[in-house]
Amino acid sequence: MFTLEVRATQSAYASWLSPLLALVLTAITGALIFLVMGKSPGIALYIYFIEPLTSWSGLSEVAVKAGPLILIGMGLSLGFRAGVWNIGAEGQFIAGALLGSAPAVYFFDSTNPLILPCMMLLGILGGMAWAAMPALLKTRFNANEILVSLMLVYVAELLLVHLVQGPWRNPQGWGFPGTRMFPDVALLPMFFPGYRVHLGTLIAVLIPFGVWFVMMRTRFGFQIRVFGSAPLAARHAGIGSSQMVWTTLMVGGGFAGLAGVMEAASTIGQLMPKISPGYGFTAIIVAFLGRLHPVGVLLAGTVIAVTYIGGESAQISAGLPKAVTGLFQGIILFYLLAFDLLTRYRLTRVRTRGNTA
Amino acid sequence: MTGLIIASIMTMMTAATPLVFAATGELVAEKSGVLNLGVEGMMLIGAVFGFAAVTLTGEPLLGLAVGVLTGLLASMIFAVLTLSLLSNQVATGLALTIFGTGLSALVGLDYVGKTIEQIRAIYIPVLTDLPIVGRLLFGHDPLVYVGILILGLTHWFLKHTRWGMILRAVGDSDQSAHAIGYPVIAIRYAAVAFGGAMAGLGGAYLSLVYTPLWAEHMTAGRGWIALALVVFASWRPTRVLLGAVLFGGITILQLNAQAAGLGIPASFMSMLPYIATIVVLVLISRDATRIRLNAPACLGRPFRAER
Repeated sequence: MFTLEVRATQSAYASWLSPLLALVLTAITGALIFLVMGKSPGIALYIYFIEPLTSWSGLSEVAVKAGPLILIGMGLSLGFRAGVWNIGAEGQFIAGALLGSAPAVYFFDSTNPLILPCMMLLGILGGMAWAAMPALLKTRFNANEILVSLMLVYVAELLLVHLVQGPWRNPQGWGFPGTRMFPDVALLPMFFPGYRVHLGTLIAVLIPFGVWFVMMRTRFGFQIRVFGSAPLAARHAGIGSSQMVWTTLMVGGGFAGLAGVMEAASTIGQLMPKISPGYGFTAIIVAFLGRLHPVGVLLAGTVIAVTYIGGESAQISAGLPKAVTGLFQGIILFYLLAFDLLTRYRLTRVRTRGNTA
Repeated sequence: MTGLIIASIMTMMTAATPLVFAATGELVAEKSGVLNLGVEGMMLIGAVFGFAAVTLTGEPLLGLAVGVLTGLLASMIFAVLTLSLLSNQVATGLALTIFGTGLSALVGLDYVGKTIEQIRAIYIPVLTDLPIVGRLLFGHDPLVYVGILILGLTHWFLKHTRWGMILRAVGDSDQSAHAIGYPVIAIRYAAVAFGGAMAGLGGAYLSLVYTPLWAEHMTAGRGWIALALVVFASWRPTRVLLGAVLFGGITILQLNAQAAGLGIPASFMSMLPYIATIVVLVLISRDATRIRLNAPACLGRPFRAER
């Protein structure tokens, strides 16, 4: 007979072991799924998890995909640590892309290089504005931020569709929905000819280190850590929960908005009815898989990006549906949550004898 | 004119019914103290498997049963993780929705564009032919009645039966319920299972009756709206019906307005149900005391017996 015993402190060892275990078991489950679908599990797993890492172009694509995931996941992890459940990052991503792209849409023949920093700033503001709604309604009216932020995803998606079909539609686009292509000065510079890695990717990789510094070395970071682990103590120390809701949502929204405008101003180069393959939702998994830790998020974002790219090439080369990727993402999170039991509890053996009730 | 109004009310009821199912199920789960944010995922799973079953067999009843069963199975993943392995309910519910979205997209690949025969409205000679009230009372599809029946039974169960009271006690004070000797975890398993079955049925209703086809992510946020409805209803079954009809009304209003061409862009009209959800949440949640009094006290908290 086994029983669970609460650990005095969370086991750091178990906390880093459980994502690895989750990944291994997801791969095994994936092999079974491929078997059921009548595909060779070995080849399919290779295409999914290994092949993207075997060529420069594959690595470049992984980095490009990882960028938004890391950036959004980074912002979400701060909120999740403080118990603020912003699950509408997808909407904040779109809002950032919308507002951030406005200069490129209206000044489509611009040659002024200042347009790019301007767009980045507007992107951050757009994401923040979208996140400000759940923050305001939570702190002022006690409305659940999970539901409000999620509803706003649908609103943002519909707003994007409206703009690219109506007022922002490319007049020379033969009626297809979508804006004009952005002018060259409004595009993030790329580093290597032939590869799509761009400045935004670099920013996304650097930001977690900045966040790490803030979390460990500043008063603000300390407040978030205290608030997440001991809300009562935090209240006694004068850290208000409204303040925490606002700051985490603003940071989360800002990062998501920046990710949105950087996506529009790089690989896409315009606005279209659909600009995200669900980055905002996948970033939730990235945040958890990365243990809500900056470096963890960096690694987790990369791993999840590999499955995205693997999913795309599996569709082309092995005829495997891309939808498998979404299924994998859910399964990873399930396994992770199951193993997390071991970080908080210890399995101990209990000898059951007659006299112990 | 009366014809148009009657037709609008009829479609309003069909728009409300999936919400009635999903919200009633979630309400029972929440009453037992479990917050399952996976409603959207369970609905999608019920929708796709129910649709697949009907495509393969042509049996609408079997399709509904498969929807119920697959929704229930999906909820059991959540139950094992949160109730037995004590994982965080919010995170696990989100995982279930992500999983359900992925699984349904994968399973549904072969069924996109397929058509099935819709479950038809009932027809009772004489009664259905009555002027005005005939169709309103006796002319819906059978599941509209099933939804109202389940809602009524749930109300009766929670309010007037012994086990209903025990379930509420488990949600309001799990430790005392455990101390008295009630099986807290088993009751929560049952409540989550009911929630999953109902979400699955709500999803199957969407793909078999409301729009008889499968499209990726066809629930379009209805699972989340159902969650909001439970808050709107202050955890009372009777008010779930009111809320669901209200949302059904907004959906129909928006469709009618688009058809009438009022000059408001279609995208803005489509935003209405989501914005309405936010507005309703704000109006209800504004009164923090009321939420505190009505919400199950142990909602979302994991339970471990303190021997």
